[in-house]
Parts: sequence; structure tokens; C-alpha cells
Amino acid sequence: MPDSSLPPFDADASLLQRIDTLNRRYGHVIDEDKLEEWPKFFTEDGRYMVTTRQNHEANMPVGLILCENRAMIEDRILALRSANLFEPHSYRHLIDPPVVTGLDGIEYSLQTSFACFRTVQSSAPEIFCTGKYLDRIIDDGSILRFKERIVVCDSERIDTLIVIPL
Amino acid sequence: MAPLDFKPNDFSEVPYSVYSDEQIYAQEQKQLFQGDAWHFLAMEIELPNAGDYKTMPVGDTPVIVVRDKNGNINAMVNRCAHRGNLVCIEDHGNLDCLTCVYHNWTYDLQGNLATIAFEKGIQGNGGMAEDFDKSCHSLQRLRVETYCGLAFGTFSDDVPSLTDYFGPEMCGNIQRLLGRDMELLGRFQHGLDGNWKLYMENVRDTYHATLLHSFMTTFRLNRLSMKGAVEVSEGGLHHLTYSIRAQDNDQGQYDAKEIRAQKDDYALKAPELLESWPEFECDTTLAIQSLFPNFSIQQLSNVITLRLIVPKGPNKSELTWWVLGAVEDTPEQRAMRIRQSNLVGPGGYIAMEDGAVVGWVRRGVTGAEDKKSILAMGGRDVERISESRCNELAVRGFWQGWHGLMES
Repeated sequence: MPDSSLPPFDADASLLQRIDTLNRRYGHVIDEDKLEEWPKFFTEDGRYMVTTRQNHEANMPVGLILCENRAMIEDRILALRSANLFEPHSYRHLIDPPVVTGLDGIEYSLQTSFACFRTVQSSAPEIFCTGKYLDRIIDDGSILRFKERIVVCDSERIDTLIVIPL
Repeated sequence: MAPLDFKPNDFSEVPYSVYSDEQIYAQEQKQLFQGDAWHFLAMEIELPNAGDYKTMPVGDTPVIVVRDKNGNINAMVNRCAHRGNLVCIEDHGNLDCLTCVYHNWTYDLQGNLATIAFEKGIQGNGGMAEDFDKSCHSLQRLRVETYCGLAFGTFSDDVPSLTDYFGPEMCGNIQRLLGRDMELLGRFQHGLDGNWKLYMENVRDTYHATLLHSFMTTFRLNRLSMKGAVEVSEGGLHHLTYSIRAQDNDQGQYDAKEIRAQKDDYALKAPELLESWPEFECDTTLAIQSLFPNFSIQQLSNVITLRLIVPKGPNKSELTWWVLGAVEDTPEQRAMRIRQSNLVGPGGYIAMEDGAVVGWVRRGVTGAEDKKSILAMGGRDVERISESRCNELAVRGFWQGWHGLMES
């Protein structure tokens, strides 16, 4: 787990640029409903968790969403498409440039702020969630993938439901 | 008093006005939330040490729940006896005494008024009126009782003791699930777009489970053909529905093509999500229990949760989930519980629809205050028990209990 108390590292501009691009593409596939692409951002053993600041700070292990590998991440999309019922809605992510909190060989630790607006059918957009991504990214030289992405929501309160990933 | 437009002794038709009427909402606050019912406050493990407190609402009333230096849990209204300011601003913490920041009045952890700033004035000038008696100005206290690690409070002096209020059948299930050392694994909240009773009806509605929650049917987590029952306590107040592990391969009515959820080609890529172990000798795999008015306890496979739905005006409510494990769990069992918890909460595979449907019904019944919903599945009476879960008797029981307290 990245330690957010660490001071930001100086990472070279090209690395920051690559990570920033990764985050933008990540937001893009979610916001543009290319959700089948979303699991590909993770390593095969990649972990994805949506939690709240309160739960995260209290080291609570349960997530609003908790996927322990890419197969579980794919199942979230399968269920969203084929099993779960909800009112049609879309997200619009605004993702900050990343702050590097650790560099260890090919594994990088990052913290990135985001805001996510939700539009339910033809209603007005609303702020659905603000928070931070706590990431561990693996760099195989050409492709960056999430070994872990913990989405820490600033508020304990989610409006109605969460089915599309953050 | 607003009219409660039910037929005499028939709770199979519910006037839609109960979900939106301001007068009914005000009457509920008085008759239910400040009346003869017990309200869930906290798990004891949330307040392990002397001075640990949390703030939460009971109905609309802000309440402080605190463990005192004798180890007892106390609850009092979060309202300074002086000018009505919130005494505790933060939602949780640890304190030696309770201090109102406005004029520095302090209370002990039982809520007794201890000190008043400048009580004797400054250099002999001013000070509180001579007839002011501190002992008459404590924080307003709730009666508090605990059972199986759960603390409940009430404003009523008349409601019977907690276990008498629940009755032996309801206590049996609480004891089965929570009568051991428990661990809090997480807590979630979500705001719902409708009246709190729409959610409690849903908790008690065994008819919708396999129909609304496609995920459940698809993976055969529960079928109405599984052995089990719905039980309703005397007067309708509380309910328990449960099912026992299926031993048969009976496809029953679920092969009927009209069941939307059935998809032959649908399989999880990570079926370990549903890995479970037989935790209870009775082989109960699903138990949903509601404790009147707005609290419920459930076991879904190995996921054990508490739910509290708090009204926020007639048309909004707020739901809190507590996800629990047992201290005795092996690491493997704990991991299974954590994985299975993907089934519950605001993002839960078989829970997310329940939150959404509250908003959909609210929108559906807008402008229909003179019309009624139908709860006639399984008849019109409130029987005490039914082996068929295709039955709305527990929802009828809710309205029987609600009506009784509202008219009392």
C-alpha cells in the first residue's frame, strides 16, 4: 500500500507523462462506456478496491467494490452488462496529474486526485464522487498496468448505488 | 393527526400517502422514533474504551452514544441544555467529558451538567440566576440496553425491556449470528431517494428477492424452492426469513422462460467470489431479520451485516451498513467473508437494486396519494409463519406494527 505520508518524489518528466496518459485513458474508457477495455488496465493479479476515507483510515478490509484479480474485475463488468439492474447513467472523470510517492525498480507508487460527475439519463450532472487513487503501477518497459488501484472516496456516503467503476 | 387510511385489521393495501405526507412524517417522529420502540445505536465494539463516542440520529433527533468510565454505554440527545447547540460536533472520537463549545458548559459521560463557565460571574459580578439548579439541566437521556454486542436506545419509559420487545424467536437469530466476539470489517452509507419505509418493506419482502436480483437467481444462491420460512413476531413488529442449504436439484419454476435472470451462458470468471463454508450447524445460508422500526440483521452465505435506515424527511433516507466478521474466523474464513461482501452494500451484486427501487417507487407514486399498493401475495392476513417465501406477510406485518404504534 502506498504511504501517502511520503513526500512527493521527483520523477522524470517522461515517466510522469506516461502515467498521466495512462490515467487519462483509464478515465476515457469508463466515461465513454468502453467498459470491456477497463480490466485490461490491470495486471492479471491486479487488485481493484473502492473504499471510503473512513474505512481506509481505519484499515477496514471490506470494499464498496473489492476485486482481488483481473478475473474478478472482468466479472464486475459482466454483471453490470448482464445481471444488475440500474437506471442508465454515465460518468465524467476529471483526473489530476499524478503525484509519485515511491519508485522501486519497475514498480511505482502514486497518488492522484480525481472528481467524478454522474449524469443519470437526462438529469443534470451531479458530483458523484471526489477522492484519490492510491496506485501501484508495474512498468514492463512499454506498458504500464495497475498492480493495485485503491479508490479512496472522500465521503462515506454514496448516492443510491455504485455499479460503474470509478 | 393525519388520517391513516387503512381498512380495519387489513394491511394488504397501503395508501401511498404514507410515503410522502408531512403530517404522517411528523407523527412517525413522535410515535415511532420518540415513542414505544427500541432504536439501534451502535455496536459495542465501535466504542471499545471509556470516553469513546459517536454521534448519530434517532429519527430526526441528534444523539451522542458514549461509553462511560464504568464501561456502560449511555445515549443522550446531542443538544446543550443551555441554548440548544450541538455538544459533539465530530461524528466520533474520545473525550473525558462533553463540552459545548458555545459557552463552555460541560457534562459528564452520563450527561449530567458538571460545570458552567462563569457560573459565579466575573469578580463577583453577574453569574447564573440564583434559582438555577444544575441538577435539573442534564442532557436529555435515552434508556439504553445492550444485547449480543448491540446497543439500543429509546425515549420511552413504557416500552418493555429489549429482549421482551424482540421476543424469544427474534432473540434466537440475533444470538445465533452475533452471540460471539465480532469484528467490524467495514461500514458504508448510501443516500436513498425515497421514504425510509419503502426500504423496510423491501427488507421484509421475500417475494422480490429472486425476481429483482438477477445476480442471485443466475447463480442459484437462493431459490424460493429452498427449504425455509418467514416468521413474523406478535403484532407484526419484527420478522425473520431464512432458508436452509438446498439439497435437491429441483429446477422448479426457475426453468420457466419468463424468469428474466436465467442465462445459461453466464458464468463467473472468478467463482471464488462465492466460496463459502458451512458456518452454522443449522445449515442456514440466508437469514434476513428486521427489528422494528428501521433496523435489520442479515446473513447471506457468510456475509453478516447490519442495516439501519434513517429518515431524512418524507422523501429521503440514509442507509448505513455494518459488515461483520467473527473474531474466531480463520484467515481463510475471514478472506471468504471479505470477498463475499461484494454481494452487499451500495455496490453489492445483490443489494444495489434495493436502493434504486426506493427511488423508483417514490417517483412512481408521486401524485397518487389517494391510491393504494397491493400486498395480497399469500393472502391478506398477517399469519405468524409461512413456509412459502412467495408471500408478502412480513410486509403486511410491518404495516400492522406501524399502524399499531402510530395510533397508540
